[in-house]
Amino acid sequence: MTSSAAMLPRESGFLQRLSSGLYLRPRLLLFLLLAPPLLWLGVIYLGSLFALLAQSFFAVDEFSGMVVKEFTLATYRDFLTNPANWDIILRTVVMAAAVTLACAVIAFPIAYYMVRFAGMRLKAAMYLGVMLPLWSSYLVRVYSWKLILAKEGIISWFANQLHLGWALDAWLSLPVIGGPSLSTSYTGTFVVFVYIWLPFMILPVVAALERVPNSVIEASGDLGARPRQTFRQVILPLAIPGVVAGSIFTFSLTLGDYIIPGIIGQSTPFLGQAVFAQQGIAGNIPLAAAFTVVPVVLMGIYLALAKRLGAFDAL
Amino acid sequence: MRSDARRGPRAGIALKTAALGGMLFLHIPLLIIVLYAFSSEARSFTFPIPGFTTKWFAVAFERQDVRDALGLSLRVAATATAVALVLGTLASAAVWKSRFFGRDAISLLIVLPIALPGIITGIALRSAIAITEIPFSFWTLVIGHATFCIVVVYNNVLARFRRTSGALIEASMDLGANGLQTLRYVILPNIATALLAGGMLAFALSFDEVIVTTFTAGQQSTLPIWMLSQLLRPRDRPVTNVVAVFVIAVTFIPIIAAFYLTRDTHDVSGSQK
Amino acid sequence: MVANGVPAVRFEDVSRLFGDVRAVDRVSFDVADGEFFSMLGPSGSGKTTCLRLIAGFEQPSSGHVQVHGINVEGVPPYERDVNTVFQDYALFPHMSVGENVEYGLMIRKVPKPERKKRAEEMLDLVKLSGLYARKPSQLSGGQRQRVALARALINHPRVLLLDEPLGALDLKLRESMQAELKSIQRQIGITFVYVTHDQGEALAMSDRLAVFNHGRIEQIGSPAEVYDHPKSVFVAGFVGQTNLIERELALRFGGTAGTYAIRPERIRIEPLTAPLSPGLAAVEGRIGGITYLGSTSRVLVAVDGGEIVVVETNLEGGTAMPDRQPGTPVRLVVDRKHIQSVAA
Repeated sequence: MTSSAAMLPRESGFLQRLSSGLYLRPRLLLFLLLAPPLLWLGVIYLGSLFALLAQSFFAVDEFSGMVVKEFTLATYRDFLTNPANWDIILRTVVMAAAVTLACAVIAFPIAYYMVRFAGMRLKAAMYLGVMLPLWSSYLVRVYSWKLILAKEGIISWFANQLHLGWALDAWLSLPVIGGPSLSTSYTGTFVVFVYIWLPFMILPVVAALERVPNSVIEASGDLGARPRQTFRQVILPLAIPGVVAGSIFTFSLTLGDYIIPGIIGQSTPFLGQAVFAQQGIAGNIPLAAAFTVVPVVLMGIYLALAKRLGAFDAL
Repeated sequence: MRSDARRGPRAGIALKTAALGGMLFLHIPLLIIVLYAFSSEARSFTFPIPGFTTKWFAVAFERQDVRDALGLSLRVAATATAVALVLGTLASAAVWKSRFFGRDAISLLIVLPIALPGIITGIALRSAIAITEIPFSFWTLVIGHATFCIVVVYNNVLARFRRTSGALIEASMDLGANGLQTLRYVILPNIATALLAGGMLAFALSFDEVIVTTFTAGQQSTLPIWMLSQLLRPRDRPVTNVVAVFVIAVTFIPIIAAFYLTRDTHDVSGSQK
Repeated sequence: MVANGVPAVRFEDVSRLFGDVRAVDRVSFDVADGEFFSMLGPSGSGKTTCLRLIAGFEQPSSGHVQVHGINVEGVPPYERDVNTVFQDYALFPHMSVGENVEYGLMIRKVPKPERKKRAEEMLDLVKLSGLYARKPSQLSGGQRQRVALARALINHPRVLLLDEPLGALDLKLRESMQAELKSIQRQIGITFVYVTHDQGEALAMSDRLAVFNHGRIEQIGSPAEVYDHPKSVFVAGFVGQTNLIERELALRFGGTAGTYAIRPERIRIEPLTAPLSPGLAAVEGRIGGITYLGSTSRVLVAVDGGEIVVVETNLEGGTAMPDRQPGTPVRLVVDRKHIQSVAA
């Protein structure tokens, strides 16, 4: 045998040479892999975000209505000194907090049952049952509540059938959360927000609960804890990061949504609607940009708090 | 210890009721949509529905505006999915293959378009479109949709990559296959179902999207935009009901398919939309 | 053993750095054509990196790697006439056993009927006849290992690299596979380069072995050379059990100051009453404890001066040592040729 047989015959085709070239230069290969997605997200997406941020430092000329491209904090000053804007922020934050709390309360039993009690098939079915509304039909799901909450709709019908119409009327006559009908009240907005974002709370809690090893629960029982004590002392603390992770979604999504309160609820605007109105109707992009900074800052604060609670381990 | 303790844990009645109630809360509204699509009442949302009819399906499919919106939505979703498949797979391959400086930053950048409220992504793209004076078109829609679809493909494919031993690639090259042959015979077959699942979820996400779309559509009307206009100013309630059922069907089918494609492997990353 | 004078593998002053870490540090060695060569060492000692340098998955930072006399720097794995049996087997999960085995032939565009024929022959060789259509997930660990072997051998590589191929198997299976690998190697006559951290495996199978530590080779030689004449404290300790004799005891055993290694089975226990043979080194002590090992027993002896010496002996046969109670005074004797001076 000649010693040159140690090497296989090289194919000299272009593709073979390309392949060898890339194999021996892993950094070039990495660059080629990363360049397209980085260009897309870096240029198109980040570029847009920074352009938006930059615009918040411009202002609209009062007389011409044109954007003046000079650095100024005037937009922020106008924005922060307008008490109506503070009302909007407060209203949105309170709503986001209430929605998050309600989602956690509803999601926990579902997740707990799924992880600890459901059999293989039921668990898969429930998982799919949570995935479907999470991924699809946002608008359709909002729309369904327009049918349900309408004056002539299902809720009213059931209330009347059960002779509870008076209770519904009493609820609607309450200040703030009441209104002419469920679909034009904060109660309606709240219910729809909870409904739409609930899957985003369930899945992280499921993930957190699944990470609690059975042996830990058995150990707690072995050490003399009753099931209720085990739940309180062992399972609940270990599930908290999952709840916090879920709350990041429910809080953030509620802050930024402008569709739901526009369809179900009162006419007073939420944060998302205000942004939308500024850029769409008023054409004041700088003010809209300043508005968008609010949810970003709020989420920054929220994420910093969540990180302390260990939520990122459960994502 | 109680005698039934060894049969494993059992749920209390309160927990069962709460879990069942929660699941019903998630799904009954969708059933109601389906019910209303067959209602003979055209002017209001009366319950119970006074009569049962299938005529609105025929009416809806005769409507040119609905057909146009549906066609645009399908084309945008297909194109955005294709773009997201390419970009998401490249990014996941890069992140899986090597540890490099800024690797975490790239993951963050990919997740950002759906982690930030949609209105921010939307308004940012809108202002960029305004600044660069690009006219609204099919492609402005695709750009917006592809941007938030990348993460879906990325998460699915990366999860699959992470369960794939890097030694498989080395084994293939060791046995004489060059990079392209390894891609064709080893890498692609191993990530095929993850690609398919990611693509389907991306399609469902794009087909249904309304928040970013509002900002990048201009005068164009996708199916969700058409629906939104109907929700804000109801004119054709029966047709809207039928379209709603149609949207449910078009988005549910790929999601269920994706679920079964990755069922054994728990790849579908649902905790992030 | 060297067929034509050109070594199958040659390392010339090869280093491989990962950042600041010298995974392989100026290593030089030759593997003769047709040899069964083992690279033995603890994890992180650089042995696997050396294997990957031969396979082409890594490139040397400096020095030269030659395969059959040709420098292979810059040659990707798929252009090297070298195949690997991977530690976790790396079978393609989406292909059948047969498709796995024929993969190399498929890449070389060998027609399907011939591929299938040769794959079945190869499966016969590794005693997996009839499993052509199975999926890897349906096989046991031992069977997967054989598929990985068949897949690498079907290409008739001039050098076969094996990366801890038996590491995942249980003890019984490992021992029978050792014998089988050795016989396959003799049968087909190609060079095996075998990485393992199991010194017993390396001693049992190799023609020669290299002991790695901290990216360097501590010693190269035949199993007998490495076992009987360890050159360093590390080799003496890593390959087999050993007594390291230092300080005052070294003077009494070896005659001069230094570090000496003595294998436990080379030491004999005698009663103090036995006559002292000339030419033997001897020290006195007391029995500390006895561990029963099956075929032998391990005796701990506390030597005067406080040090413990381990003796491995078959207590039933030949030893004139009636009393084994702890505390019994005994004499330890050892032939001077078994006292190996080692570098600290």
